[in-house]
Amino acid sequence: MLVDGSPPSGESSEEIVGIASDADVVTARHTGRRVAESVGFTGSDLTMISTAISELARNIIRYAVTGEVVVSPISEGSRVGVMVVARDNGPGIPDLDLAMRDGFTTGTGMGLGLPGARRLMDEFAIASQVGEGTTVVVKKWTRGL
Amino acid sequence: MAVPILKQGKYLIASIQSALTDSDMVSLREDLMEQVGRYRSRGIIIDVTALDVMDSFASRSLRNIAYMTKLRGAETVLVGIQAEVAYAMVQLGTNLEEVNTALDLEEGLAFLDQLT
Repeated sequence: MLVDGSPPSGESSEEIVGIASDADVVTARHTGRRVAESVGFTGSDLTMISTAISELARNIIRYAVTGEVVVSPISEGSRVGVMVVARDNGPGIPDLDLAMRDGFTTGTGMGLGLPGARRLMDEFAIASQVGEGTTVVVKKWTRGL
Repeated sequence: MAVPILKQGKYLIASIQSALTDSDMVSLREDLMEQVGRYRSRGIIIDVTALDVMDSFASRSLRNIAYMTKLRGAETVLVGIQAEVAYAMVQLGTNLEEVNTALDLEEGLAFLDQLT
């Protein structure tokens, strides 16, 4: 349990990875895996979290060029999980509904990044302002005790 | 980190050793395309056992490699996709249906022997 907002001893706290090159995408997903492991995630959950981070970080490189990915352990009542915030000051997304559609892309990708990340995680939120940037917040909770 | 490619008879075997950056993936494609021509290879095995994540970029790159090398006369088999990775790929929605797959290197070689 969290006391006074400080992370429990022995667990890692928030980790920030600057995203500016494709090597940073790999760093971000390794960082995410490490934090998720410290929270208690195992097996396919770890793979799903790393994969979601990979998609979000790659979107930053592809559309915004630079940004950051922040991974933190979270808790709510008796449940624990991990939160990933991917933010950039890029061009923003004019039509979020379109961007969330499978197969839609303005780039050269598969158009799976955002809808795929939503399917891989338990919670998904996105805020974007044209000319200001985009912030995506995803969470995943461990399955029981 | 560059992916080592071994020539074994009429096949090429590329063993991915660790997490790949996007540029490593592009190099792998170029190396395989070049070696298929140089060695007149009939089959390619790409071993992804060491990959803990197969995101949309990696999937698309591998699919493209399989198609490009097929246009040059070589059949590609992807081997070693881990169970957790397969699960995440389905959740993500990547489509590798048109790419040959096998459980491991041994099965991959057996598959190529039947085809070529």
